[in-house]
Amino acid sequence: MAQATTGSEATRTVAGRSRAPRKGRTASVLDGQVIHHPSRWTRIKNDAPFLLMCLPTLVFLSIFHYFPMLGNIMAFEDYSPFSAPGFQSFIWSDWVGLENFRILFDDPAFWRSVLNTLVLTGLNLLLYFPVPIILAIALNSINSYWVKSITQSIFYLPHFLSWVVVVTLFTRLFSPVGLVTGFLERRGIDAPHIIGNPDIFPFLVTQQSVWKDAGWGVIIFLAALAAVSHDLHEAAAMDGCGWWGRMWHVTLPAIRPTIVMLLILRLGDALNVGFEQFLLQRPAVGPDAAEVMDTYVYYVGIDGGGFSQAAAAGLLKGVIGLVLVLAANKAAHALGEDGIYRGRPS
Amino acid sequence: MSTTVLAGDATARRRKLTGKAPWQHDEPWSVRIGKWLILGLFALVIIIPLWMVVATSLASTKAVGEAGGMVLWTSDTSLNAYKTILSSSRIPRALGISLVATVLGTILSSAMTILCAYGLSRPSTIGHKFILWTVLFTYLFGPGLIPVYLVVRNIGIYNTIWALFVPNLFAAFNLIVLRSFFMGLPTELTDSARLDGASEWGILRKVILPLSKAPIAVISLFYGVGFWNNFFNAMLYLDDSNNYPLQMVLRDYVLNGSNMLNKASGSEVIVHNAPQTSIQMAVVVVAMVPVMLVYPFVQKHFVQGVIIGAVKG
Repeated sequence: MAQATTGSEATRTVAGRSRAPRKGRTASVLDGQVIHHPSRWTRIKNDAPFLLMCLPTLVFLSIFHYFPMLGNIMAFEDYSPFSAPGFQSFIWSDWVGLENFRILFDDPAFWRSVLNTLVLTGLNLLLYFPVPIILAIALNSINSYWVKSITQSIFYLPHFLSWVVVVTLFTRLFSPVGLVTGFLERRGIDAPHIIGNPDIFPFLVTQQSVWKDAGWGVIIFLAALAAVSHDLHEAAAMDGCGWWGRMWHVTLPAIRPTIVMLLILRLGDALNVGFEQFLLQRPAVGPDAAEVMDTYVYYVGIDGGGFSQAAAAGLLKGVIGLVLVLAANKAAHALGEDGIYRGRPS
Repeated sequence: MSTTVLAGDATARRRKLTGKAPWQHDEPWSVRIGKWLILGLFALVIIIPLWMVVATSLASTKAVGEAGGMVLWTSDTSLNAYKTILSSSRIPRALGISLVATVLGTILSSAMTILCAYGLSRPSTIGHKFILWTVLFTYLFGPGLIPVYLVVRNIGIYNTIWALFVPNLFAAFNLIVLRSFFMGLPTELTDSARLDGASEWGILRKVILPLSKAPIAVISLFYGVGFWNNFFNAMLYLDDSNNYPLQMVLRDYVLNGSNMLNKASGSEVIVHNAPQTSIQMAVVVVAMVPVMLVYPFVQKHFVQGVIIGAVKG
């Protein structure tokens, strides 16, 4: 194959991955053959189609990702959109250093939003995380193809509904005129006050997440379970291992890497508890219970016009989030798991 | 991979003989009942609220009145709620805006992702590593809401339909899924096409795309559902509530209870004698149905997409 292709191709296939030639060398010897390295310009010319294909995405990311990332400089300014026309306002606003962060740290509402975010992540790990695992183990043990695939269709469906629809459904079930409330009242039972109750709210939103996404979460565990070698089960059974024994010694160890990976992913994502879900319900419950870091940024910045303070909060969240993801990934490697990404993407 | 397939075959054969998979030997009764209970309950918990919405949207004024709100069963169905929302000017307009944003957004974002995934599918390309990290870093670190908002305000798409989907055109997750798939395709295919003198664009169009219908369907669905379900862009970037997409109308009219139908841009609403609750639920149904129609066709390919994305990410 290598002989049939052009010189530059041969370099790639024989010398392996993408290594550019060492500086100053135009040729090297491999297996007794002299291989000519193409110049950088030749490589760019040869690879032009690939580079062109990446161009739309790179342009998009420059405008909507990397340029706004630079715009975070406003977190250190007293940003005013009127200080200069268009993007120049990023440059001409007054520099205030860490003042915005000081204001942020003095704002009890900010700390409230941090606390709410962490409490919700904790609740999510306790009440949401185990559900897909249990559902997947149960679903995996169903023999009938049809029962299995219909159940899967039902389980996956809510994932594709919008948060507006999901919140509407929960409201119509549990509000004072809702279906469940009406059902209980007709039987003389006092229905608990659920919608708009700040004390119950964290549990309500966690249950909404379970309803919407736990079924979808089953997919990845089902795939892990399908990969378990049946010989293991048979060998264990042969050695006198009962059903619970095999669950503990065969099934659970088989999905352990997946569990660890998702757990770490979730911990790295601890500051993201979902945005739309809270934005929709904050008016009904009030900010004390429903303010999370993302809604704080929205209400302070867009709603209240405190652009710089909100940008500071957003930047802080982004940086801590990045550190958390990297730390979680390190932890995964330390535990001998693959983690979210490997050292270098292949 | 091949060992899994073989094991699967053996299990399938054994199952045909015994009706049981190996992990089910001496399954206790408690487990046998418990697993059906768990699955059944979870399925019911999903279905009942959806059923409630459809039933209420079809219920007559009398049925809704007797039930005091939401209904699960009505013997007395009527389509008046649907007639009402379709004869209002608000819902058809919002539906149209949502459809245009979803279709345009899905086409553009899928095209961008396909191109970029193929462009990044060959590690020997010059600058490959740099471009890949540039793209993947967006997965780890977001620029934050406020700077993006200010960019959108300043580049002339504020208050236009473009604001509904352009800021969300790219998701690194989908790129990872598609790129992993492309890289898993046998290189002999592309190599021989290259020998035959095909250009890279020709290879992508004639060799890669026909082989990648399944993962492309999955990422298009992910993108499409995202655009269809999005209400936040409208809340951020649209001033005029007459231009709201369906999810935003749903939020205002159903969740927050504002009376949308009657103030619909001045035109008269033909009253079809449907209760308010039914009309609201009919809007919910209209917002759910397009997604429910599309996703079963793509469902069998989900596993591939989600697993690749999660493992290779």
